[in-house]
Amino acid sequence: MVDDDPALAEMLGIVLRTEGFTPVFVTDGEQALEAFHEHRPDVVLLDLMLPGMSGIDVAKAIRSESGVPIVMLTAKSDTVDVVLGLESGADDYIIKPFKPKELVARVRARLRRGDDVAPERLQIGRTGLQVSIDVPAHSATLNGVEIKLTPLEFDLLVALARKPRQVFTREVLLEQVWGYRHAADTRLVNVHVQRLRAKIEPDPEHPQLIQTVRGVGYKAGTA
Amino acid sequence: MLRGLSLAHRVAAPVVRAFRSSLQLRVVTATLIVSGVLVVVFGMVVATTITSGAVEAKLGTAKAQVSDGRDAVARELDTVVSYDDPTLTNKLSGLAAALSGDQGRSQRPTVLIRTSETDPVAESRPGKPAAVSRDLPKQLRGDVSDGFMSFQYTTIDPDGHGERAFLAIGTPVYTEQLSYELYFLFPLDDEEAIANLVRNALVVAGIALVLMLGVIAGLVTRMVVIPVRLAARTAQRLSAGLLHERMSAKGSDDLARLGGSFNLMAENLHQQIVRLEDMSRLQRRFTSDVSHELRTPLTTVRMAADLLYDTKEDFPPPAARSAELLHDELNRFEELLSDLLEISRFDAGFAVLDTEAVELAPIIDTVVESRAGLAQRCGVEVRCHFPGEPVIAEVDPRRVQRILRNLIDNAIEHAEHQPVCVRLAASSTVVSIAVIDHGVGLKPGEEKLVFNRFWRADPSRARQTGGTGLGLSISQEDARLHNGSLEAMGEPGAGTVFRLSLPLRAGDRVLISPLPLDFSADPCRGEDDES
Repeated sequence: MVDDDPALAEMLGIVLRTEGFTPVFVTDGEQALEAFHEHRPDVVLLDLMLPGMSGIDVAKAIRSESGVPIVMLTAKSDTVDVVLGLESGADDYIIKPFKPKELVARVRARLRRGDDVAPERLQIGRTGLQVSIDVPAHSATLNGVEIKLTPLEFDLLVALARKPRQVFTREVLLEQVWGYRHAADTRLVNVHVQRLRAKIEPDPEHPQLIQTVRGVGYKAGTA
Repeated sequence: MLRGLSLAHRVAAPVVRAFRSSLQLRVVTATLIVSGVLVVVFGMVVATTITSGAVEAKLGTAKAQVSDGRDAVARELDTVVSYDDPTLTNKLSGLAAALSGDQGRSQRPTVLIRTSETDPVAESRPGKPAAVSRDLPKQLRGDVSDGFMSFQYTTIDPDGHGERAFLAIGTPVYTEQLSYELYFLFPLDDEEAIANLVRNALVVAGIALVLMLGVIAGLVTRMVVIPVRLAARTAQRLSAGLLHERMSAKGSDDLARLGGSFNLMAENLHQQIVRLEDMSRLQRRFTSDVSHELRTPLTTVRMAADLLYDTKEDFPPPAARSAELLHDELNRFEELLSDLLEISRFDAGFAVLDTEAVELAPIIDTVVESRAGLAQRCGVEVRCHFPGEPVIAEVDPRRVQRILRNLIDNAIEHAEHQPVCVRLAASSTVVSIAVIDHGVGLKPGEEKLVFNRFWRADPSRARQTGGTGLGLSISQEDARLHNGSLEAMGEPGAGTVFRLSLPLRAGDRVLISPLPLDFSADPCRGEDDES
């Protein structure tokens, strides 16, 4: 948990402990990386405005070495700030002021993975441009080459690949991948689809594997 | 015919365009026309005066000469008593030659003398007398034979070298017994030469004068027009955003003053714009800072309040109730804060539209679903009416959701347990969403007031949703940001219609809305009547 406001940190600590988490607190960016290496947390809560190293840089640094879920806490709801945060590697964001239950729900959603481990192999794409997914092993390959995906990107890919050719609206994806019951912010979906495309598409400007259906949503490319 | 017209048009059009667009061309043309007319009139007056003056002088001397000639002829022929006198012809010839004057003078007149009855005619000049006498104008001969002295200007070809101008003067001569006719033909070559000279000089001078005036007008206008064109170009560059663009203002004449004033204006504009930009930046910064500074402690308070609220059963009743109030009012406070921040974002002019192509019906459904709790509490049914085809528009979905949330909340709150209808319709360019209730309605004049900040139709009315009073203002700003419109119409007791119209393509404008702004837009009502 990285936040420079001691009162908020303490309050968050109370709430999280009540919910059975074990939070570790740091107050600036440099310490955040050290603490990350030391404690290996299951989820990182990150304030965007930090003294020293900005939250965005911290997110990039963590993302460069780990796929650990990152939830941003931000007081800025402008699209620019939100998109910037998401593009730096955050999986989800929550805008201050938030309700404690909301925060706990999101943290739990990020930790929920690995509950369903039925052996499942999925494939999308066509010969020459084929993505194979081994769901229990959390690994995906593009034409036989391993792709490094964060758990969230992996979930997004699995959700789309499970029903190829079916169009998913952003709202449905939010519910299936992020665990939001009511429509939150579809910018989450947009940014993460872009990131996923950047990793698996040969030409992200002209996506073939994950296609946009104008006005509706996204679908996995036909075989 | 038509082709001719169109050709004329093709030729004339560029000329007309040049004429309209160039002040210089207009001034030069006007100068040429006016000075041309003046020079022609002036030249004609001068030429006429000079020529007629010369001719008058000639006429005076000629008449005197003729009178003298008449007296001489009368004296010389006094002795001749019959036309048959054999000396008569010689006498006449001698007289004619004598009257004609010295041989050396080039402009000497030709003199003819003839008797009144027969035709031995004497002429002062050898050659073809018959031709000359035939050439005498009939009018003149008539006057003379009637016994009057008379003159006439005429043209004669005396020697076969072309016609020349002559002044012909005739007079009868009476002796004791006989009468004669005496004619003088004065050549007008000199006078004609003078007239020609004057005319040519005037034409040349006139043309030169007119051309010079044209050139002068062109030069003078150029002196004025060039700075004006420069000013126009500078103004264009200024308005295109090159705020450092200035005119040169040298000297102290009117044009320098124009340049000076222009530069002063540009300078003031520049400063004003920079100041506004600074203010906007400051405002933006301030809003962002306030937002952050307020939100962080608010989050802490919020979490503490929620924690207290969740454990309120453990408290004594007053503390439990306090926790409840704290919790509820914090909700209101939060909404108010976020609405205020949103409004200040609009005011500072940095609200940005984040458009994507979305289908609108699911968005409406989602919003209606999320307001189901409120609808149930108020006992209001919300019905949706969508066209058969999906409507996809390039809009900012978050802003559209916010508008709809505000409109639907507002409708539910004022519906008085009557159903609320949300209708979606689209034309080829515009999509409209109407939210119609049949509750308290609006008094005349309130259609505009509803969008005012913190305006309430009836301040004493029990508040149900606890709205901030900013919702509709924000919605209208959201609609404007889309280049769209949000309008209201209502009748007391009959209900209210809110119509949101947005362009289907981002950046377009809303011209005609596909839904009317009245209750006829309500299809749900119609279903009720039928059932």
